[in-house]
Amino acid sequence: MDKEKLNKDLFVPAKPDENESEQIQRPNLTYWQDAWRRLKTNKGAIFGLVVIVLIGIMSIIGPHFNEDGVDDQDLGLSKLPPRVQGLESIQWLRLDGTKTETYEAASVEAAKERIRQRFTQTDDEFITYDVKREGDGSKDSAKVAGFYHVYEAKGLQDEYFWFGTDTLGRDLFTRTWYGTRISLLIAFVAAAIDMLIGVAYGGISGYFGGRTDNVMQRIIEILVGIPNLVVVILMIMILDPGIIAIIIALTITGWTGMARIVRGQVLKLKGQEFVLASRTLGSSHPRILSKHLIPNTLGMIIVNTMFTIPNAIFFEAFLSFIGLGLQPPDASLGTLINDGFKALQINPHIMIFPAIVISLIMIGFNILADGLRDALDPKMRE
Amino acid sequence: MVRYILQRLGYMLLTLFLIATFSFFLMKMLPGSPMKAEQKLSEAQLEILYEKYNLDDPVPVQYINYLGNLAQGDLGVSFQMNNQPVTALLASRIPVSAHLGFQAMILGTILGMLLGLVAAVRNNSWIDYTSNVISVIGISIPSFIFAGLLQYFVGVKLGLLPIAFWEGFQHTIMPTIALAIFPLAIAARFLRTEMIEVLGSDYIVTARAKGVTKGGIMFKHGLRNALIPLVTVMGPMAVSLMTGTLVIEQIFSIPGIGEQFVTSVTTNDFPVIMGTTLFFAFFFILIILVIDILYGIIDPRIRLAGGKD
Repeated sequence: MDKEKLNKDLFVPAKPDENESEQIQRPNLTYWQDAWRRLKTNKGAIFGLVVIVLIGIMSIIGPHFNEDGVDDQDLGLSKLPPRVQGLESIQWLRLDGTKTETYEAASVEAAKERIRQRFTQTDDEFITYDVKREGDGSKDSAKVAGFYHVYEAKGLQDEYFWFGTDTLGRDLFTRTWYGTRISLLIAFVAAAIDMLIGVAYGGISGYFGGRTDNVMQRIIEILVGIPNLVVVILMIMILDPGIIAIIIALTITGWTGMARIVRGQVLKLKGQEFVLASRTLGSSHPRILSKHLIPNTLGMIIVNTMFTIPNAIFFEAFLSFIGLGLQPPDASLGTLINDGFKALQINPHIMIFPAIVISLIMIGFNILADGLRDALDPKMRE
Repeated sequence: MVRYILQRLGYMLLTLFLIATFSFFLMKMLPGSPMKAEQKLSEAQLEILYEKYNLDDPVPVQYINYLGNLAQGDLGVSFQMNNQPVTALLASRIPVSAHLGFQAMILGTILGMLLGLVAAVRNNSWIDYTSNVISVIGISIPSFIFAGLLQYFVGVKLGLLPIAFWEGFQHTIMPTIALAIFPLAIAARFLRTEMIEVLGSDYIVTARAKGVTKGGIMFKHGLRNALIPLVTVMGPMAVSLMTGTLVIEQIFSIPGIGEQFVTSVTTNDFPVIMGTTLFFAFFFILIILVIDILYGIIDPRIRLAGGKD
């Protein structure tokens, strides 16, 4: 544009208005609104949140999807592969209720014979074949995949076990979600107890300082030096195995991390003016701690708890896996994976589904916790 | 420095003493005795056995004896494994676990650091996202699930590697990979964060302005400074290896210390349980001590005595 054409009269100086310049243009956001706004922009964290909510809902309603109870055994229905209505035609999903085995042999017929033996069948009534390679008579030149239609063979054309059944013929769909419920329950209770003890211990230690703090910190130092793996296993050994034993074992040293974090925060906060103001107004120690100091550390407490939960789920599964966890008839994801592991070579589906669920829970909690940490405390990054 | 190390060693001894005491009295509280495994023993035979292992002494006497033996490096005799001394049992098992752990640690850290380095250099590219996904998965999914999947797909389905036992290098590959996933994920995530921070600092800009080559900036100025805090993640790594050996050795039937511990727990083999517990605790405390000392040496800004908060 030509400079000449711009008339100076077009420009009017903006008058500074003292009343308006200080006006707040946008609605005031609280700390939590602000954190939620930051969290929403984090795709990973939202994904984690959705996964956790979905799994949480399934753990409540999942066991009631069909009539099969958690402990309904039927040996006639044992080790059925998964079968889902509508997904039977999608081959790679392998949800069509067939067992498959691939063999190599000198000829196609020899390979078929091995497949029949594998599924203990005498004829081809319930077996279909997929010849991958025609043999020429030399060793292992022919390759045949056999599909054994278990549901048809057992006369269960109208049955659908979505996740299959386990070695005792129990419905794995029901058991997986029931196990998820127990695992989540253990994790949430353990995390809540860790939080309560840790916040109280750390808060008192940091707030009162001096000799109290010194003694309390020395105790923590010794506790932190003990590998929690060892303590957990020893505790499990003396307590009757069960949900409560696992929760106690997990919390007995689990709270130290929280206590250290809360203490650090309280130490930082207690010298600030708002605490002094509150004290001047005559607040008691418990009131200052619970109304002023702890609420200001809430962000850190939540983030730390979010990291404790997957940790507790892992430890529960780990204990159950080495046989120190829940005992039958109780079931958790750990015991289900342990059961499935024993049958892994022939019936991989028994382990796969609980393993997928526990992996999703762990991934969900970990990325949600990461996102929450960034959202609640943008300054803290590690 | 010397004073600090001495003080820490003192703490270490105190912790070990507490663990020894704690585990001793826990063992005494346990229901069942190691002899009950042989139900057919008569009263007289049991009495002889109890006397042989000094289990008929009053508990305080047993405790004093135990501590006395412990001070001389004697961990007692296994109840289950043909009366072998626990120290000999541990000595035969530790090399196997150490071998496995060492291999996993090396594999995990080297691959993880490479992954983290590439992710940091190509920040916000697809490599970065892939690396992030790998580290989230590695941190989240328990090692025994990895081990199971490896065993099924690589061992059973493809038949590439032996599925169990400890008989040669081939047998070590799958357990090493399963055990290495967690260190790999931690190293990758850690190095990425550190590297991005270091690459954004002023002295990198200065180096670039001076005309230092890209490789020089990356390795001489970047990586060296990013590596300093790596010692901090060694703690979690050591713990993961310890937990890992318990399940991984179980899954792959490896005659290591973790497998021994689980077996002794299920068979009430008290001396072995206590010996292994003490060994784990000792190992753990030693790692933490080494990390703290290393940290002081590498980064003098961190004051040793009160540098916690």
